[in-house]
This record gives sequence, C-alpha cells and structure tokens, in this order.
Amino acid sequence: MRITQGTFSFLPDLTDEEIRQQVEYCMKNGWPINVEFTDDPHPRNSYWEMWDFPMFDLKDAAAVMFEIDSCRQAHPNHYIKVNGYNVARGRETVALSFIINRPKHEPGFRLVRQEVRGRTINYAVHSYATDKPEGERYTD
Amino acid sequence: MTAGTEKERYQAGVMPYAKMGYWEPDYLPKDTDILTLFRITPQEGVDPIEAAAAVAGESSTATWTVVWTDRLTACEVYRAKAYRVDPVPNSPGQYFAYIAYDLDLFEEGSIANLTASIIGNVFGFKAIKALRLEDMRFPVAYLKTFQGPATGIVVERERLDKFGRPLLGATVKPKLGLSGKNYGRVVYEALKGGLDFTKDDENINSQPFMRWRDRYLYVMEAVNRASAATGEVKGHYLNVTAATMEDMYERAEFAKELGSVIVMVDLVIGYTAIQSMAKWARTNDMILHLHRAGNSTYSRQKNHGMNFRVICKWMRMAGVDHIHAGTVVGKLEGDPLMIKGFYDTLREPQTPINMENGLFFEQDWASLRKVMPVASGGIHAGQMHQLLHYLGEDVVLQFGGGTIGHPQGIQAGATANRVALEVMVKARNEGRDYLAEGPEILEQAAKWCSPLRAALETWKDVTFNYESTDTPDFVPVATPV
Repeated sequence: MRITQGTFSFLPDLTDEEIRQQVEYCMKNGWPINVEFTDDPHPRNSYWEMWDFPMFDLKDAAAVMFEIDSCRQAHPNHYIKVNGYNVARGRETVALSFIINRPKHEPGFRLVRQEVRGRTINYAVHSYATDKPEGERYTD
Repeated sequence: MTAGTEKERYQAGVMPYAKMGYWEPDYLPKDTDILTLFRITPQEGVDPIEAAAAVAGESSTATWTVVWTDRLTACEVYRAKAYRVDPVPNSPGQYFAYIAYDLDLFEEGSIANLTASIIGNVFGFKAIKALRLEDMRFPVAYLKTFQGPATGIVVERERLDKFGRPLLGATVKPKLGLSGKNYGRVVYEALKGGLDFTKDDENINSQPFMRWRDRYLYVMEAVNRASAATGEVKGHYLNVTAATMEDMYERAEFAKELGSVIVMVDLVIGYTAIQSMAKWARTNDMILHLHRAGNSTYSRQKNHGMNFRVICKWMRMAGVDHIHAGTVVGKLEGDPLMIKGFYDTLREPQTPINMENGLFFEQDWASLRKVMPVASGGIHAGQMHQLLHYLGEDVVLQFGGGTIGHPQGIQAGATANRVALEVMVKARNEGRDYLAEGPEILEQAAKWCSPLRAALETWKDVTFNYESTDTPDFVPVATPV
C-alpha cells in the first residue's frame, strides 16, 4: 500500500526539482521549513523526529535542499516529510506538508476490531512495521 | 429630543417613530454598539427616514403608541438609533438604513436573544413593503461573550494532519433509501479512494429504511477501514439532527463512543440548539459541521429576509466549525463577489469595509476561531482550477455526484478528485497561471491517471450558467464566472 498522508501523495513521487519549487513557494511566503522523519507512520503520530531545528534563518532554497538530502542520506528507508510553517498570528501552524521519501516496501496497517457490548466495535489502527522496535523497521 | 419638551414627547397618543427619538442623523456610533444595515422598501408614500426609524423602534424599545413608562428608564440609551439612510444604487424605492444598538440591549452569548430583537418583530411591519437584514457589526466586547467555533480551521487541520490544500468530501447518494450496510459501502469506497470526509445529507436522520444507530455502526466500520487502508485520518459527518436536544445528545455521544472525529447538525434545529451542540463539541473534542438547510427560504431574494453573510456571522459566533457557503461554479445560488464576502466573514481575523463583496462594516473577530466553508452542489474535478481560485485553500470541496457518479466507480471518482486537487495545488505553488492553464494541467495529469481522464470526459460540458439573484449592489451586473 501507499500511505497517502501529506499534500502530494496522490501524485508520482516528486523529483528534486519539484521539491525545490515547493521549498521556494514556502520561502516566498516567509514560512520557515523543517524536515521530519519517522518509522511510525500511524495517522495520529503527531511527533515525527525533527531533523535538527526548523530552518528559521535559511533564505536559500539550495541550503534547504542540502538539509533535505542529508536527512535522506541518513534515513533512506524512513518516511520523510517537508513542512512549511506559517508563523502569522492566528495561524501559527503548518501551512504545507508533503512526503519526499518513503520506505521501498510499505506494509501498511491492520485494523484491529474489539467486539464490545451490543454491536459496538472498538477500532485500533495498527502499523505492521511497529511490531519491531524503533530503528529496526522497514529494513527488508 | 426632537419633539420639543419632555412633556410634549410623552403625551398619550401616536407619534412618528422619527420624532420619538429613533432617528438621530448626528449620532456617532460607539465602538461598543451593535450596528445593523437594513434594506428597506417603504410602502408608497412612507418617508424612508420614518421607515428606518420605525425599524429601529420596533427592533428595540418601541411600541405603536407613546407609553409614559419610558420615563422610568434611561430610555435614550435603550432606543436603537437610525443614523443614516441612503438610496440603494440602481434600485428605486429601496433604501439602506444604518441602525445602532447599545450593547446593554442584548444578553451576553445568546444568538436567540440577539435575533429576537433584530429580526423578531420588524419584518412583518405594515409600513414597509419588504425588509432585508444585509449586514451587522459586532463589538469586540460582545464577541468575547461567545464561544466561537468549537474547533476552528487551525485545530481541525492539526487533528486531521492535512495541510496546504482544500479538504475533499462527498455526500452519500442517494440521500434517502439506502440501508445502513449499503450506506457504509459508499463511505468506504469514497474515503479509500482519496476523500477526507463523507457526509450524511441534511435529511438523513433516523428513518424507517435506516435507523441512526445502524448507520453510525456501519459508517464507522467504513471510516476505520479506509483509515487503515490509507494511513490517513478520515471522517464522516454523522448527522445528529433530531426532534429534541436529548435525542441529539444521545446520538452525539454514540458518535463519540465510536471514535468519530466529526458530527453534523442542520440549521433548522435552531440557534439555541446549535449553540448547545457547539458547546458539546468543544467539550468532547468534536468538529461540528453545519448544513445550512432552510436558509434559502429567507436569504435568497434580494428585497426581503436576510443576507447569508449575516447567518455566517451568527454561526461563527454560535460556534460551528463547518458551514456550506457556496461554490460559485456549482448548481446552487452564488455570485463570486458575494461568496467572497461570505468566505472572508468565516475565515478572516478581521474584515474591512468592502461594498463590492457586501461587507458594509469593518469587523474585528476578536480571535474567535475560524469556520471552514464548505462548497457543495454540482461541482466536479474539471472545475478544480476555478474552485481553487475562487474559494482558496481553507475550504471543503464536496463532490457528491462528482464522486459517486463516476463511470469507473466511487473509488475512481474519489481518486480523480484528489489527483485533480493535488496537481492544481502543486501548479499553483510552482507559480503557474493555474486559472488560465487549468484545463491543460488537468489534461496532463489525466494522461497517467485514468480515473481523472474518465471524470473529465464524463462531465466536460457540465456548467450551471444561471444569473444569481443575490448580487452586489455596488457593481452594475452579476459577475461573470
């Protein structure tokens, strides 16, 4: 399966040139960029690992691309996303977020059903990959 | 005091409203006043100023005759004051009347109390042929007594983990008649195919063909299956509209118990019920969707009723998170400039005066959260460039027929919409002139995405080019789409 979190997951994987254009769009809007990676892609995992600090002071797309590439080198088999952050008052949240790297094989999720009273079912979405400890997932 | 001495003013009998103190052309509205703009069509021979004063009077303290008991109160404060009357451009016989109301005329945090005054009695008043509430300005002090949207655009996006693009939805069709199991099938296919939300329609409550618990159980199976299949947070607006508050709370509690991220109500449940549900939603981490069922009975005609922008304001105060607010290009009423006014009202932290968009007052929203507008009704993937251009990013685009009516099935329909959306957002961010190049951008994507190709082929000639009835007064004609 293909995890379709992020703004552009229904499109073919973005090329470096396409990633750079989105980075430039963020910079044009004054949105600092940060890079995050994870091997726990649960839909409600709010806290992917940060690749260093958000790049508040970088004004050059090439420098951001260098950071993106470094993260990709270090974690070739993780999910990696690039976020643009809008710091404007009343917004103060992510403005754009797209996946730029994913594991070669994505086993996806099992839906766990727990039958409780009546016909009610408690649901849990379980990532197959997280059966292994952090750092040892997506290795095959 | 316009009627000479106090004694003369309070002599028993009937006196023109303008002379009773409801017309004050020199009045300077206070920052703490609630301001209204009415479109008044006086009866033949009725002076527009007297008509405006009558509206001010009947929506505040007055009755048809002089009462001495006014003198027991600080009545000058409690009287609403018409302070400006302008002829409506290009509309003989119609006048815009500006009226100011003191803050103390209204109970804190109550839409019911506000509306009982402003639209309570005056609309049936004989001296006027027709009356329309066009706009209102609320002081910050008053807004701070309202909860506002339970969740708001920012928190909704964070909970859903969806940023940088409009959200996608679809209303399950046929809207009546499906069994719970069949209904859930539509939900599953649409969400798995790429939509973020599916939706109960306004009149799906708990009918003989599908009782509410059955629907909720099957729908939540579908939502969770789709979530596991995609790795995304998904939702279905479970309509909790019912006959009583007790029923609505019961349904909402069950939706929560099953893990739904969102519930919905219809506008017809009434302002108080909406405020109750907004409070419930804030307490229970729930997004609250509002379907504007019924609004066109009073918001569509230009000379009588109320403008939808006022409903938008009241609903932002009442605390809903989503509201249907027009599509521009779809099958339902909506002039582009008017729709812009609605969307700005729902989404902006403050709005300046903008006569073209029908915003007659400056409005500071006092940090009330933002409402996500929903565009629904006769839209399809082939219009994606126009939708993004007119409606922007913070909007739910709902393709009901445009998903479920896809020739290759519901999943394909959903995928076509999602691909069309992502490809258009990407082009916009790349700095392309996506409005002009839209059809070409979609054609390019259709080369590798066969569901999009089929969607474009099926709906290529579908447009709804009818003139709007609710148009701006400050441009001469309806704006062409």
